[in-house]
Amino acid sequence: MSATPAAAAELFRPALSRRRVAGHIFAGLCLAATLLSVVALATLLADIAAEGLSLVSWRFLTRFPSTLDPLKGGIKSALWGTIWVIGLTILFAVPLGMGAAIYLQEYARAGRIKHWIELNIANLAGVPAIVYGILGLALFVRWMHFDRSVLSAALTMSLLSLPVIIIATQQALAAVPNSVREAAYALGATRWQMVRSHVLPAALPGMMTGIILALSRAIGEAAPLVVLGAQTYIQFTPEGLFDMYTVLPIQVFDWADRPQKEFHQLAAAGIVVLLAVLFVMNSVCVGLRGWQQRKHLG
Amino acid sequence: MSVVSTQPQSPGRFVPAPRITPANRTPPPPGAAPVLRTQRLTVAYRHKAAVREVTLDIPPRQVTAIIGPSGCGKSTLLRALNRMNDFIPHVHVDGSVYYRGRDIYAPGSDPVALRRRIGMVFQKPNPFPKSVYRNVAWGARINGYRGNFDELVERALRQAALWDEVKDALHRGALELSGGQQQRLCIARAIALQPEVLLMDEPCSALDPIATARIEDLIDGLKKEFTVVLVTHNMQQAARVSDRTAFLLMGQLIEVDETARIFTNPSDRRTQDYITGRFG
Repeated sequence: MSATPAAAAELFRPALSRRRVAGHIFAGLCLAATLLSVVALATLLADIAAEGLSLVSWRFLTRFPSTLDPLKGGIKSALWGTIWVIGLTILFAVPLGMGAAIYLQEYARAGRIKHWIELNIANLAGVPAIVYGILGLALFVRWMHFDRSVLSAALTMSLLSLPVIIIATQQALAAVPNSVREAAYALGATRWQMVRSHVLPAALPGMMTGIILALSRAIGEAAPLVVLGAQTYIQFTPEGLFDMYTVLPIQVFDWADRPQKEFHQLAAAGIVVLLAVLFVMNSVCVGLRGWQQRKHLG
Repeated sequence: MSVVSTQPQSPGRFVPAPRITPANRTPPPPGAAPVLRTQRLTVAYRHKAAVREVTLDIPPRQVTAIIGPSGCGKSTLLRALNRMNDFIPHVHVDGSVYYRGRDIYAPGSDPVALRRRIGMVFQKPNPFPKSVYRNVAWGARINGYRGNFDELVERALRQAALWDEVKDALHRGALELSGGQQQRLCIARAIALQPEVLLMDEPCSALDPIATARIEDLIDGLKKEFTVVLVTHNMQQAARVSDRTAFLLMGQLIEVDETARIFTNPSDRRTQDYITGRFG
Protein backbone atom coordinates (compact mmCIF):
# COMPACT_ATOMS: atom_id res chain seq x y z
CA MET A 1 0.00 0.00 0.00
CA SER A 2 2.50 2.63 1.08
CA ALA A 3 4.59 4.20 -1.64
CA THR A 4 7.98 5.79 -1.19
CA PRO A 5 7.81 9.53 -0.45
CA ALA A 6 9.10 10.29 -3.94
CA ALA A 7 6.47 8.14 -5.63
CA ALA A 8 3.75 9.62 -3.43
CA ALA A 9 4.85 13.10 -4.46
CA GLU A 10 4.37 12.05 -8.06
CA LEU A 11 0.79 10.97 -7.36
CA PHE A 12 -0.47 14.23 -5.88
CA ARG A 13 -0.54 17.71 -7.37
CA PRO A 14 -1.72 19.78 -4.41
CA ALA A 15 -1.73 23.15 -6.27
CA LEU A 16 -1.93 24.81 -2.87
CA SER A 17 -1.57 28.37 -4.07
CA ARG A 18 -4.33 27.98 -6.64
CA ARG A 19 -6.68 26.49 -4.04
CA ARG A 20 -5.93 29.32 -1.65
CA VAL A 21 -6.56 31.96 -4.31
CA ALA A 22 -9.86 30.32 -5.22
CA GLY A 23 -10.82 30.44 -1.54
CA HIS A 24 -9.94 34.13 -1.27
CA ILE A 25 -11.90 34.95 -4.42
CA PHE A 26 -14.98 33.20 -3.07
CA ALA A 27 -14.73 34.97 0.29
CA GLY A 28 -14.29 38.27 -1.54
CA LEU A 29 -17.39 37.72 -3.66
CA CYS A 30 -19.44 36.91 -0.54
CA LEU A 31 -18.14 40.04 1.18
CA ALA A 32 -19.04 42.13 -1.87
CA ALA A 33 -22.57 40.69 -1.88
CA THR A 34 -22.95 41.53 1.82
CA LEU A 35 -21.62 45.06 1.39
CA LEU A 36 -23.83 45.70 -1.63
CA SER A 37 -27.00 44.73 0.24
CA VAL A 38 -26.03 46.61 3.37
CA VAL A 39 -25.12 49.75 1.44
CA ALA A 40 -28.34 49.63 -0.60
CA LEU A 41 -30.41 49.18 2.54
CA ALA A 42 -28.53 51.88 4.44
CA THR A 43 -28.95 54.34 1.57
CA LEU A 44 -32.66 53.66 1.46
CA LEU A 45 -33.01 54.09 5.21
CA ALA A 46 -30.90 57.24 5.25
CA ASP A 47 -32.89 58.73 2.40
CA ILE A 48 -36.21 58.06 4.13
CA ALA A 49 -34.95 59.19 7.51
CA ALA A 50 -33.59 62.43 6.04
CA GLU A 51 -36.92 63.23 4.50
CA GLY A 52 -39.34 61.91 7.09
CA LEU A 53 -37.69 61.63 10.50
CA SER A 54 -38.12 65.30 11.33
CA LEU A 55 -41.87 64.93 10.90
CA VAL A 56 -42.23 61.96 13.24
CA SER A 57 -43.37 63.15 16.61
CA TRP A 58 -45.95 62.29 19.21
CA ARG A 59 -48.28 64.72 17.48
CA PHE A 60 -47.79 62.93 14.16
CA LEU A 61 -48.73 59.63 15.76
CA THR A 62 -51.81 60.92 17.53
CA ARG A 63 -53.45 63.08 14.85
CA PHE A 64 -55.67 62.14 11.97
CA PRO A 65 -54.47 63.01 8.46
CA SER A 66 -55.46 66.34 7.01
CA THR A 67 -55.77 67.32 3.37
CA LEU A 68 -56.08 71.03 4.04
CA ASP A 69 -52.90 71.42 6.06
CA PRO A 70 -51.04 68.16 5.43
CA LEU A 71 -48.01 68.83 7.64
CA LYS A 72 -50.23 69.47 10.65
CA GLY A 73 -51.97 66.16 10.14
CA GLY A 74 -50.90 62.77 11.43
CA ILE A 75 -51.06 59.07 10.92
CA LYS A 76 -53.29 57.99 13.78
CA SER A 77 -55.93 56.22 11.69
CA ALA A 78 -53.43 54.15 9.71
CA LEU A 79 -51.31 53.30 12.76
CA TRP A 80 -54.32 52.01 14.66
CA GLY A 81 -55.62 50.25 11.58
CA THR A 82 -52.34 48.39 11.22
CA ILE A 83 -52.30 47.47 14.91
CA TRP A 84 -55.84 46.12 14.59
CA VAL A 85 -55.22 44.16 11.41
CA ILE A 86 -51.89 42.68 12.50
CA GLY A 87 -53.14 42.00 16.03
CA LEU A 88 -56.10 40.04 14.69
CA THR A 89 -53.89 38.30 12.13
CA ILE A 90 -51.58 37.12 14.93
CA LEU A 91 -54.62 35.92 16.84
CA PHE A 92 -55.95 33.91 13.89
CA ALA A 93 -52.90 32.79 11.96
CA VAL A 94 -50.37 31.93 14.66
CA PRO A 95 -52.36 29.30 16.57
CA LEU A 96 -53.82 27.89 13.36
CA GLY A 97 -50.47 27.73 11.61
CA MET A 98 -48.65 26.26 14.58
CA GLY A 99 -51.38 23.70 15.09
CA ALA A 100 -51.32 22.61 11.47
CA ALA A 101 -47.53 22.37 11.49
CA ILE A 102 -47.46 20.36 14.71
CA TYR A 103 -50.04 17.99 13.31
CA LEU A 104 -48.20 17.54 10.01
CA GLN A 105 -44.79 17.11 11.61
CA GLU A 106 -45.51 15.19 14.80
CA TYR A 107 -48.76 13.32 14.23
CA ALA A 108 -49.55 12.77 10.56
CA ARG A 109 -48.35 9.51 9.06
CA ALA A 110 -45.84 9.87 6.30
CA GLY A 111 -47.52 9.05 3.02
CA ARG A 112 -48.92 10.34 -0.20
CA ILE A 113 -51.68 12.46 1.38
CA LYS A 114 -49.27 14.23 3.71
CA HIS A 115 -46.88 14.82 0.86
CA TRP A 116 -49.66 16.22 -1.28
CA ILE A 117 -50.80 18.60 1.47
CA GLU A 118 -47.26 19.83 2.05
CA LEU A 119 -46.75 20.41 -1.65
CA ASN A 120 -49.90 22.52 -1.78
CA ILE A 121 -48.89 24.57 1.24
CA ALA A 122 -45.51 25.25 -0.35
CA ASN A 123 -47.26 26.40 -3.52
CA LEU A 124 -49.63 28.62 -1.57
CA ALA A 125 -46.65 30.38 0.01
CA GLY A 126 -45.67 31.52 -3.46
CA VAL A 127 -49.07 32.81 -4.55
CA PRO A 128 -49.02 36.61 -5.12
CA ALA A 129 -50.68 38.64 -2.39
CA ILE A 130 -53.18 40.18 -4.77
CA VAL A 131 -54.67 36.74 -5.37
CA TYR A 132 -55.36 36.47 -1.66
CA GLY A 133 -57.01 39.86 -1.92
CA ILE A 134 -59.37 38.62 -4.62
CA LEU A 135 -60.10 35.48 -2.61
CA GLY A 136 -60.79 37.56 0.50
CA LEU A 137 -63.08 39.83 -1.48
CA ALA A 138 -65.15 36.91 -2.71
CA LEU A 139 -65.07 34.93 0.54
CA PHE A 140 -65.13 37.38 3.43
CA VAL A 141 -66.38 40.67 1.96
CA ARG A 142 -69.13 39.32 -0.30
CA TRP A 143 -70.06 35.81 0.71
CA MET A 144 -69.76 36.15 4.48
CA HIS A 145 -70.91 39.79 4.40
CA PHE A 146 -68.07 41.03 6.59
CA ASP A 147 -67.89 43.93 4.15
CA ARG A 148 -64.92 46.25 4.04
CA SER A 149 -64.11 45.62 7.68
CA VAL A 150 -61.03 45.09 9.81
CA LEU A 151 -62.19 41.49 10.16
CA SER A 152 -62.12 40.86 6.41
CA ALA A 153 -58.64 42.36 6.22
CA ALA A 154 -57.32 40.31 9.14
CA LEU A 155 -58.81 37.06 7.81
CA THR A 156 -57.29 37.68 4.38
CA MET A 157 -53.92 38.53 5.93
CA SER A 158 -54.18 35.33 7.99
CA LEU A 159 -54.64 33.26 4.82
CA LEU A 160 -51.67 35.07 3.34
CA SER A 161 -49.41 34.34 6.32
CA LEU A 162 -50.57 30.81 7.07
CA PRO A 163 -48.47 28.92 4.50
CA VAL A 164 -45.28 30.69 5.57
CA ILE A 165 -46.03 30.11 9.26
CA ILE A 166 -46.79 26.43 8.67
CA ILE A 167 -43.66 25.82 6.61
CA ALA A 168 -41.36 27.66 9.01
CA THR A 169 -42.86 25.94 12.06
CA GLN A 170 -42.61 22.55 10.42
CA GLN A 171 -38.97 23.16 9.61
CA ALA A 172 -38.27 24.25 13.17
CA LEU A 173 -39.92 21.07 14.48
CA ALA A 174 -38.03 18.91 11.99
CA ALA A 175 -34.77 20.41 13.24
CA VAL A 176 -35.33 18.98 16.74
CA PRO A 177 -33.19 15.84 16.86
CA ASN A 178 -35.03 12.54 17.04
CA SER A 179 -32.87 11.49 19.97
CA VAL A 180 -34.84 13.94 22.11
CA ARG A 181 -38.12 12.33 21.08
CA GLU A 182 -36.77 8.85 21.76
CA ALA A 183 -35.46 9.91 25.16
CA ALA A 184 -38.92 11.14 26.12
CA TYR A 185 -40.72 8.05 24.81
CA ALA A 186 -38.28 5.76 26.61
CA LEU A 187 -39.36 7.38 29.89
CA GLY A 188 -42.96 6.40 29.30
CA ALA A 189 -44.13 9.72 27.86
CA THR A 190 -47.15 9.98 25.63
CA ARG A 191 -46.78 11.77 22.32
CA TRP A 192 -48.39 14.90 23.70
CA GLN A 193 -46.10 14.98 26.75
CA MET A 194 -43.10 14.54 24.48
CA VAL A 195 -44.23 17.31 22.14
CA ARG A 196 -45.19 19.76 24.85
CA SER A 197 -42.19 19.35 27.13
CA HIS A 198 -39.37 18.83 24.68
CA VAL A 199 -40.13 19.35 21.02
CA LEU A 200 -42.03 22.65 21.27
CA PRO A 201 -39.57 24.40 23.60
CA ALA A 202 -36.66 23.29 21.43
CA ALA A 203 -38.38 24.40 18.24
CA LEU A 204 -39.70 27.68 19.60
CA PRO A 205 -36.85 29.98 18.52
CA GLY A 206 -37.10 28.72 14.93
CA MET A 207 -40.88 29.00 15.01
CA MET A 208 -40.65 32.61 16.22
CA THR A 209 -38.31 33.49 13.39
CA GLY A 210 -40.74 32.06 10.84
CA ILE A 211 -43.71 33.80 12.39
CA ILE A 212 -41.91 37.14 12.38
CA LEU A 213 -41.04 36.71 8.71
CA ALA A 214 -44.64 35.95 7.83
CA LEU A 215 -46.00 38.87 9.84
CA SER A 216 -43.40 41.25 8.42
CA ARG A 217 -44.69 40.39 5.00
CA ALA A 218 -48.29 40.87 6.07
CA ILE A 219 -47.68 44.23 7.74
CA GLY A 220 -46.17 45.72 4.60
CA GLU A 221 -48.77 44.43 2.13
CA ALA A 222 -51.01 47.01 0.53
CA ALA A 223 -52.22 45.22 -2.59
CA PRO A 224 -54.68 42.70 -1.13
CA LEU A 225 -56.18 45.35 1.13
CA VAL A 226 -56.75 47.67 -1.81
CA VAL A 227 -58.76 44.89 -3.42
CA LEU A 228 -60.64 44.34 -0.17
CA GLY A 229 -61.61 48.00 -0.08
CA ALA A 230 -59.46 49.50 2.63
CA GLN A 231 -59.96 53.27 2.98
CA THR A 232 -57.26 55.72 2.02
CA TYR A 233 -58.42 58.74 3.94
CA ILE A 234 -60.36 58.32 7.14
CA GLN A 235 -60.74 60.40 10.24
CA PHE A 236 -61.41 57.67 12.75
CA THR A 237 -59.85 54.50 14.17
CA PRO A 238 -61.55 51.09 14.20
CA GLU A 239 -63.43 50.35 17.37
CA GLY A 240 -64.72 46.90 16.50
CA LEU A 241 -64.30 44.00 14.15
CA PHE A 242 -66.74 45.40 11.59
CA ASP A 243 -65.38 48.95 11.36
CA MET A 244 -63.69 50.39 8.32
CA TYR A 245 -59.96 50.97 8.48
CA THR A 246 -56.84 52.01 6.67
CA VAL A 247 -53.33 50.67 7.22
CA LEU A 248 -49.84 52.18 7.09
CA PRO A 249 -48.75 50.94 3.64
CA ILE A 250 -51.99 52.18 2.09
CA GLN A 251 -51.68 55.55 3.77
CA VAL A 252 -48.08 55.80 2.60
CA PHE A 253 -49.09 54.81 -0.91
CA ASP A 254 -51.83 57.44 -0.95
CA TRP A 255 -49.50 60.19 0.22
CA ALA A 256 -46.72 59.22 -2.14
CA ASP A 257 -49.18 59.31 -5.02
CA ARG A 258 -50.09 62.97 -4.51
CA PRO A 259 -48.23 65.67 -6.45
CA GLN A 260 -47.48 68.12 -3.58
CA LYS A 261 -44.08 67.88 -1.94
CA GLU A 262 -45.47 67.99 1.62
CA PHE A 263 -47.23 64.70 1.04
CA HIS A 264 -43.99 63.08 -0.04
CA GLN A 265 -42.48 64.11 3.26
CA LEU A 266 -45.47 62.60 4.99
CA ALA A 267 -45.01 59.38 3.05
CA ALA A 268 -41.40 59.15 4.24
CA ALA A 269 -42.52 59.75 7.81
CA GLY A 270 -45.14 57.04 7.38
CA ILE A 271 -42.47 54.59 6.28
CA VAL A 272 -40.43 55.43 9.37
CA VAL A 273 -43.47 54.63 11.52
CA LEU A 274 -44.05 51.37 9.64
CA LEU A 275 -40.44 50.36 10.20
CA ALA A 276 -40.72 51.30 13.86
CA VAL A 277 -43.80 49.08 14.28
CA LEU A 278 -41.92 46.24 12.62
CA PHE A 279 -38.96 46.81 14.90
CA VAL A 280 -41.14 46.74 18.01
CA MET A 281 -42.78 43.51 16.84
CA ASN A 282 -39.37 41.93 16.24
CA SER A 283 -38.07 43.03 19.63
CA VAL A 284 -41.06 41.52 21.42
CA CYS A 285 -40.40 38.25 19.60
CA VAL A 286 -36.71 38.23 20.45
CA GLY A 287 -37.57 39.02 24.06
CA LEU A 288 -40.09 36.17 24.22
CA ARG A 289 -37.53 33.82 22.74
CA GLY A 290 -34.89 34.70 25.31
CA TRP A 291 -37.38 34.45 28.14
CA GLN A 292 -38.51 31.02 26.97
CA GLN A 293 -34.94 29.76 26.70
CA ARG A 294 -34.04 30.97 30.17
CA LYS A 295 -37.20 29.47 31.61
CA HIS A 296 -36.42 26.06 30.21
CA LEU A 297 -32.91 25.94 31.55
CA GLY A 298 -33.94 26.76 35.11
CA MET B 1 -38.39 -13.69 45.66
CA SER B 2 -37.17 -10.51 47.27
CA VAL B 3 -39.15 -7.36 47.84
CA VAL B 4 -37.20 -5.09 45.55
CA SER B 5 -38.77 -3.24 42.63
CA THR B 6 -38.87 -6.48 40.67
CA GLN B 7 -42.23 -7.08 42.27
CA PRO B 8 -45.04 -6.26 39.90
CA GLN B 9 -46.65 -2.97 40.78
CA SER B 10 -50.11 -1.92 39.88
CA PRO B 11 -49.82 0.11 36.70
CA GLY B 12 -51.33 3.44 37.70
CA ARG B 13 -49.57 3.89 41.02
CA PHE B 14 -45.96 4.77 41.34
CA VAL B 15 -44.50 4.36 44.78
CA PRO B 16 -40.83 4.46 45.73
CA ALA B 17 -39.21 1.05 45.92
CA PRO B 18 -38.18 -0.13 49.36
CA ARG B 19 -34.57 0.55 50.26
CA ILE B 20 -32.11 -2.07 49.15
CA THR B 21 -30.53 -3.85 52.10
CA PRO B 22 -27.75 -6.42 51.86
CA ALA B 23 -30.25 -9.07 52.86
CA ASN B 24 -32.34 -8.76 49.74
CA ARG B 25 -29.44 -8.30 47.41
CA THR B 26 -28.93 -11.99 46.87
CA PRO B 27 -28.92 -13.05 43.25
CA PRO B 28 -31.99 -14.85 41.98
CA PRO B 29 -31.97 -18.61 42.24
CA PRO B 30 -30.94 -20.43 39.13
CA GLY B 31 -33.87 -21.18 36.92
CA ALA B 32 -35.86 -18.17 38.11
CA ALA B 33 -38.61 -17.17 35.71
CA PRO B 34 -37.29 -14.87 32.98
CA VAL B 35 -38.38 -11.24 33.12
CA LEU B 36 -38.45 -11.00 29.35
CA ARG B 37 -38.81 -13.74 26.81
CA THR B 38 -38.90 -13.41 23.07
CA GLN B 39 -40.53 -16.18 21.13
CA ARG B 40 -39.77 -16.63 17.44
CA LEU B 41 -39.43 -12.87 17.23
CA THR B 42 -38.99 -11.50 13.74
CA VAL B 43 -38.58 -7.77 13.06
CA ALA B 44 -38.58 -6.64 9.46
CA TYR B 45 -37.99 -3.26 7.84
CA ARG B 46 -40.19 -3.27 4.78
CA HIS B 47 -39.46 -6.82 3.60
CA LYS B 48 -35.97 -7.21 4.95
CA ALA B 49 -35.86 -9.12 8.24
CA ALA B 50 -33.36 -7.57 10.66
CA VAL B 51 -34.17 -10.06 13.43
CA ARG B 52 -35.20 -13.61 12.49
CA GLU B 53 -37.14 -15.93 14.74
CA VAL B 54 -35.17 -15.13 17.87
CA THR B 55 -36.20 -17.00 21.00
CA LEU B 56 -34.34 -15.64 24.00
CA ASP B 57 -34.89 -15.57 27.76
CA ILE B 58 -33.70 -12.61 29.84
CA PRO B 59 -33.25 -13.75 33.46
CA PRO B 60 -33.87 -11.28 36.28
CA ARG B 61 -31.15 -9.22 37.89
CA GLN B 62 -28.37 -10.28 35.62
CA VAL B 63 -26.59 -8.55 32.79
CA THR B 64 -27.38 -10.14 29.46
CA ALA B 65 -25.08 -8.97 26.70
CA ILE B 66 -26.05 -9.13 23.04
CA ILE B 67 -23.00 -9.23 20.79
CA GLY B 68 -22.50 -9.59 17.08
CA PRO B 69 -21.04 -7.81 14.07
CA SER B 70 -22.42 -4.48 12.82
CA GLY B 71 -25.81 -4.81 11.19
CA CYS B 72 -26.59 -8.16 12.82
CA GLY B 73 -29.80 -6.82 14.36
CA LYS B 74 -28.66 -6.32 17.97
CA SER B 75 -30.15 -2.85 18.31
CA THR B 76 -33.34 -3.84 16.51
CA LEU B 77 -33.77 -6.77 18.89
CA LEU B 78 -33.16 -4.53 21.90
CA ARG B 79 -35.59 -1.89 20.71
CA ALA B 80 -38.22 -4.56 20.17
CA LEU B 81 -38.15 -5.23 23.91
CA ASN B 82 -39.76 -1.88 24.83
CA ARG B 83 -41.46 -1.24 21.52
CA MET B 84 -39.18 1.62 20.51
CA ASN B 85 -39.35 0.28 16.96
CA ASP B 86 -42.95 1.49 16.85
CA PHE B 87 -41.73 4.90 15.73
CA ILE B 88 -39.80 3.66 12.74
CA PRO B 89 -41.97 3.54 9.64
CA HIS B 90 -42.47 0.24 7.81
CA VAL B 91 -41.45 -1.97 10.70
CA HIS B 92 -43.25 -5.26 10.96
CA VAL B 93 -43.06 -7.49 14.03
CA ASP B 94 -43.87 -11.19 14.10
CA GLY B 95 -43.73 -13.55 17.03
CA SER B 96 -44.00 -12.46 20.64
CA VAL B 97 -42.19 -10.68 23.41
CA TYR B 98 -43.37 -11.66 26.86
CA TYR B 99 -42.78 -9.31 29.76
CA ARG B 100 -43.75 -11.05 32.98
CA GLY B 101 -45.78 -13.52 30.96
CA ARG B 102 -47.74 -10.95 28.95
CA ASP B 103 -47.20 -10.42 25.26
CA ILE B 104 -46.28 -6.76 24.83
CA TYR B 105 -47.32 -6.88 21.17
CA ALA B 106 -50.77 -8.27 21.94
CA PRO B 107 -53.67 -5.98 21.06
CA GLY B 108 -54.49 -3.74 24.01
CA SER B 109 -50.97 -3.83 25.40
CA ASP B 110 -49.95 -0.25 26.19
CA PRO B 111 -46.40 0.67 25.14
CA VAL B 112 -46.48 3.86 27.21
CA ALA B 113 -47.08 1.94 30.43
CA LEU B 114 -44.53 -0.66 29.35
CA ARG B 115 -41.72 1.85 28.83
CA ARG B 116 -41.89 3.03 32.40
CA ARG B 117 -41.09 -0.53 33.50
CA ILE B 118 -38.49 -1.11 30.80
CA GLY B 119 -36.14 1.86 30.59
CA MET B 120 -33.59 2.57 27.91
CA VAL B 121 -30.17 4.16 27.55
CA PHE B 122 -29.10 5.09 24.04
CA GLN B 123 -25.90 4.93 22.08
CA LYS B 124 -25.27 8.65 22.06
CA PRO B 125 -25.94 10.46 25.34
CA ASN B 126 -29.19 12.33 24.78
CA PRO B 127 -29.99 14.43 27.84
CA PHE B 128 -32.78 16.94 27.43
CA PRO B 129 -31.51 20.49 26.91
CA LYS B 130 -32.65 21.35 30.42
CA SER B 131 -31.12 21.31 33.87
CA VAL B 132 -29.65 18.17 35.44
CA TYR B 133 -32.46 18.16 38.00
CA ARG B 134 -35.20 18.41 35.39
CA ASN B 135 -33.65 15.65 33.33
CA VAL B 136 -33.90 13.24 36.24
CA ALA B 137 -37.24 14.43 37.57
CA TRP B 138 -39.17 14.70 34.30
CA GLY B 139 -39.94 11.02 33.78
CA ALA B 140 -41.21 10.69 37.33
CA ARG B 141 -43.27 13.85 37.03
CA ILE B 142 -45.11 12.80 33.87
CA ASN B 143 -45.76 9.39 35.41
CA GLY B 144 -47.48 10.93 38.40
CA TYR B 145 -44.77 10.38 41.00
CA ARG B 146 -46.15 11.30 44.41
CA GLY B 147 -43.01 11.17 46.53
CA ASN B 148 -40.32 13.70 47.28
CA PHE B 149 -38.62 14.82 44.09
CA ASP B 150 -35.40 16.03 45.74
CA GLU B 151 -34.90 12.61 47.27
CA LEU B 152 -35.74 10.87 44.03
CA VAL B 153 -33.23 12.96 42.08
CA GLU B 154 -30.50 12.47 44.66
CA ARG B 155 -31.04 8.71 44.87
CA ALA B 156 -31.03 8.27 41.09
CA LEU B 157 -27.90 10.39 40.70
CA ARG B 158 -26.17 8.48 43.49
CA GLN B 159 -27.07 5.18 41.89
CA ALA B 160 -25.67 6.44 38.62
CA ALA B 161 -22.43 7.48 40.39
CA LEU B 162 -22.92 11.07 39.32
CA TRP B 163 -24.14 12.75 42.50
CA ASP B 164 -20.76 13.93 43.80
CA GLU B 165 -19.95 15.58 40.49
CA VAL B 166 -23.23 17.43 39.99
CA LYS B 167 -24.66 18.00 43.46
CA ASP B 168 -23.63 21.67 43.37
CA ALA B 169 -24.80 22.16 39.79
CA LEU B 170 -28.21 20.51 39.78
CA HIS B 171 -29.81 23.49 38.12
CA ARG B 172 -27.16 23.99 35.48
CA GLY B 173 -27.73 22.84 31.93
CA ALA B 174 -27.19 19.13 31.36
CA LEU B 175 -25.44 19.84 28.08
CA GLU B 176 -22.60 21.49 30.00
CA LEU B 177 -21.58 18.07 31.35
CA SER B 178 -18.92 15.92 29.70
CA GLY B 179 -19.96 13.07 27.43
CA GLY B 180 -19.41 10.44 30.12
CA GLN B 181 -21.30 12.49 32.69
CA GLN B 182 -24.14 12.99 30.23
CA GLN B 183 -24.41 9.25 29.72
CA ARG B 184 -24.49 8.63 33.47
CA LEU B 185 -27.18 11.31 33.67
CA CYS B 186 -29.17 9.38 31.07
CA ILE B 187 -28.78 6.28 33.23
CA ALA B 188 -29.92 8.25 36.29
CA ARG B 189 -32.88 9.54 34.30
CA ALA B 190 -33.85 5.99 33.35
CA ILE B 191 -33.47 4.48 36.84
CA ALA B 192 -35.29 7.37 38.51
CA LEU B 193 -38.46 5.69 37.26
CA GLN B 194 -37.45 2.56 39.14
CA PRO B 195 -37.92 0.34 36.13
CA GLU B 196 -37.50 -3.38 36.29
CA VAL B 197 -35.42 -3.71 33.15
CA LEU B 198 -32.76 -1.41 31.77
CA LEU B 199 -32.02 -1.71 28.05
CA MET B 200 -28.63 -0.28 27.07
CA ASP B 201 -27.83 0.21 23.41
CA GLU B 202 -24.03 0.43 23.10
CA PRO B 203 -23.95 2.94 25.94
CA CYS B 204 -20.19 3.43 25.78
CA SER B 205 -19.59 3.64 22.05
CA ALA B 206 -19.36 7.43 22.13
CA LEU B 207 -17.18 7.55 25.25
CA ASP B 208 -13.46 7.47 26.00
CA PRO B 209 -11.91 4.51 27.89
CA ILE B 210 -12.05 6.16 31.31
CA ALA B 211 -15.71 7.13 30.96
CA THR B 212 -16.37 3.63 29.61
CA ALA B 213 -14.77 2.03 32.66
CA ARG B 214 -16.97 4.13 34.96
CA ILE B 215 -20.12 3.05 33.13
CA GLU B 216 -19.04 -0.58 33.25
CA ASP B 217 -18.49 -0.36 37.02
CA LEU B 218 -21.90 1.21 37.24
CA ILE B 219 -23.59 -1.58 35.27
CA ASP B 220 -22.05 -4.10 37.62
CA GLY B 221 -23.73 -2.36 40.53
CA LEU B 222 -27.04 -1.82 38.73
CA LYS B 223 -27.67 -5.52 38.22
CA LYS B 224 -28.26 -5.92 41.95
CA GLU B 225 -31.50 -4.07 41.45
CA PHE B 226 -32.26 -4.12 37.75
CA THR B 227 -32.31 -6.58 34.92
CA VAL B 228 -29.87 -5.24 32.37
CA VAL B 229 -29.78 -6.02 28.66
CA LEU B 230 -26.64 -4.62 27.10
CA VAL B 231 -25.99 -4.39 23.38
CA THR B 232 -22.31 -3.97 22.64
CA HIS B 233 -19.96 -4.33 19.72
CA ASN B 234 -17.12 -4.54 22.21
CA MET B 235 -16.51 -8.17 23.11
CA GLN B 236 -14.18 -7.32 25.98
CA GLN B 237 -16.97 -5.27 27.46
CA ALA B 238 -19.40 -8.17 27.18
CA ALA B 239 -16.83 -10.43 28.80
CA ARG B 240 -16.17 -7.94 31.61
CA VAL B 241 -19.68 -6.99 32.67
CA SER B 242 -22.20 -9.60 31.55
CA ASP B 243 -23.42 -12.78 33.16
CA ARG B 244 -24.91 -14.19 30.01
CA THR B 245 -24.07 -13.47 26.40
CA ALA B 246 -26.16 -13.92 23.30
CA PHE B 247 -24.43 -14.01 19.93
CA LEU B 248 -26.40 -12.69 17.01
CA LEU B 249 -25.42 -13.11 13.38
CA MET B 250 -27.42 -11.80 10.44
CA GLY B 251 -30.50 -11.47 12.57
CA GLN B 252 -30.34 -14.98 13.95
CA LEU B 253 -29.54 -16.01 17.48
CA ILE B 254 -26.58 -18.33 17.08
CA GLU B 255 -26.21 -19.17 20.73
CA VAL B 256 -26.78 -17.86 24.21
CA ASP B 257 -25.03 -19.09 27.31
CA GLU B 258 -23.13 -18.04 30.38
CA THR B 259 -20.60 -15.44 29.37
CA ALA B 260 -17.66 -17.49 30.61
CA ARG B 261 -18.69 -20.41 28.47
CA ILE B 262 -19.32 -18.28 25.36
CA PHE B 263 -15.85 -16.81 25.58
CA THR B 264 -13.97 -19.99 26.49
CA ASN B 265 -15.89 -22.87 25.05
CA PRO B 266 -18.70 -21.83 22.70
CA SER B 267 -20.71 -24.62 21.21
CA ASP B 268 -21.12 -23.08 17.78
CA ARG B 269 -18.28 -22.72 15.34
CA ARG B 270 -19.46 -19.27 14.18
CA THR B 271 -19.36 -17.94 17.74
CA GLN B 272 -15.84 -19.24 18.07
CA ASP B 273 -14.86 -17.53 14.82
CA TYR B 274 -16.39 -14.23 15.86
CA ILE B 275 -14.90 -14.02 19.34
CA THR B 276 -11.48 -14.99 18.08
CA GLY B 277 -11.71 -12.14 15.58
CA ARG B 278 -11.92 -14.12 12.38
CA PHE B 279 -14.70 -11.84 11.12
CA GLY B 280 -16.87 -8.97 12.27
